[in-house]
Amino acid sequence: MESPLPNSLSRSAGLLGRGLLGVYLSVLVLLPVAALLAQSAHGGTAAFWREVSNPGALAAIKLTLAISAIVVVINAIFGTLIAWVLVRDEFPGKKIVNALIDLPFALPTIVIGLVLLALYGSGSPLGIDVAFTRASIALALLFVTLPFVVRSVQPVLIELDRSMEEAAASLGAGPVTVLRRIVLPALTPAIVSGVALSFARAVGEFGSLVLITGNLPFKTEVGSVYIFGQIQDENLPAAAAVSVVLLLAALLVLGSLALVSKWRSKHVL
Amino acid sequence: MSASRLAARIVALGYLALLLVAPVVMIFYRTFEHGLAPVWKAITEPNAIHAFWLSLEIVAIAVPLNTIFGVGMALLLERGRFKGKVLLGMLIDLPFAISPVVVGLALVLVYGKTGWFGNWLIGHGIQVIFSVPGMVIATAVVSLPFVARETTPVLRELGTDAEQAAATLGASGWQTFWRITLPAIRWGVVYGVVLTTARALGEFGAVSVVSGRIEGQTQTLPLYVQDQFENFNVTGTYTAAVVLALLALATLVLMNLLTRRTRRGTAV
Repeated sequence: MESPLPNSLSRSAGLLGRGLLGVYLSVLVLLPVAALLAQSAHGGTAAFWREVSNPGALAAIKLTLAISAIVVVINAIFGTLIAWVLVRDEFPGKKIVNALIDLPFALPTIVIGLVLLALYGSGSPLGIDVAFTRASIALALLFVTLPFVVRSVQPVLIELDRSMEEAAASLGAGPVTVLRRIVLPALTPAIVSGVALSFARAVGEFGSLVLITGNLPFKTEVGSVYIFGQIQDENLPAAAAVSVVLLLAALLVLGSLALVSKWRSKHVL
Repeated sequence: MSASRLAARIVALGYLALLLVAPVVMIFYRTFEHGLAPVWKAITEPNAIHAFWLSLEIVAIAVPLNTIFGVGMALLLERGRFKGKVLLGMLIDLPFAISPVVVGLALVLVYGKTGWFGNWLIGHGIQVIFSVPGMVIATAVVSLPFVARETTPVLRELGTDAEQAAATLGASGWQTFWRITLPAIRWGVVYGVVLTTARALGEFGAVSVVSGRIEGQTQTLPLYVQDQFENFNVTGTYTAAVVLALLALATLVLMNLLTRRTRRGTAV
């Protein structure tokens, strides 16, 4: 709190508050992350590389990154479509549908795994059983990351000036051309931002996967499940090494997003 | 145009129905398909009740802490003038980039038996890992960013005019905060608290790692769901999941009421 005329009492209260905040952040985030990095660096680069290149670890990391990449592409398409329908279309019950988009953020991840298993597991009333397959990983990740693209595209679409589209249409552009040349370019930053957030979430996802994927090594075991197994086996160096790889993947994507949006705000506006 | 609009609507709503709605409806159906008696029996199971109360206890500690510190962090980010502000912002958002399992692991590495402070803590009679304090810390970490994230934009929009006027009229920093700032940002804070509570109630991965999953002792409601599932207790699994789903739906309703209040369209 920065007041223009700070008296000594509020200044010392401010200092005390900052101190407590520092302690809180240290206990919760700073020390644990430092310990994780220290553990993964403990045996040097060679040891770190040995843990990461272990066939089980490598398979889990590759699977996580590959499925996350597929999932974010599907998210980009369906998320944009859903956002468009929610903004530009009118139909009864639209408010309820809009509210439902946040369901994946509200529903506990273990429940997400269970509900998907109830409909798409063995004994599925639809006759679709994806349990213990790689498709089940994609399904669970699509559920948990659904809101990101929708919620980042929606506000941009609401603000988008429709006169440009009308002008293009009056000059003879068909709906596909208008979409491709006018609407999509305006939405791209929002789609990219939603995709980056989805990717970071997908790479670390755990709760929704434990029931439906069966956690089969080399087949359906993703990075977070591999880490969990290594913790249970008290193999902390392996757990820490794979953790750092997943963390770097997420930070790389989020970091480049931050850089791109900073660059855009400087050069485009 | 009208045909393509209709096609877009059908594809979008069909996708949502198959991915979100139908699975959730399905567990409600599965839970109640044999009537209410087995559900009641599953709800009154001592371990289920214990798990429910433990979840509430953890929420009751972690959420107020994250609310107070979350508002503090938002004030520091928006009103403070110091070096390293960008770093502080990144640090606060970091829990969103880390897998819950990795959060659990990182806590074990600091507070566990073989961790940095494990021996010292146990020597002083404090057990963090495999007991409730560790579960509270894990829950607080994963739900840390919400209040700060929801409060920061509201503070930015509010500006400092009213605060400066209050200070010129002789109000102390504390008085300014309680009388001017807090009333103006309250809906942003409340929205953050709702998101924090939902996340805290449902947290699975981080809590799973640090809890040791001791039945009737360190089992929260989400952990209880997994335990019942692994023990092939179908009604127990579905009933606990439905309780959590109902709490999630209540959260959703609250989020929507508050979004209207704060006139904001984005959730996270």
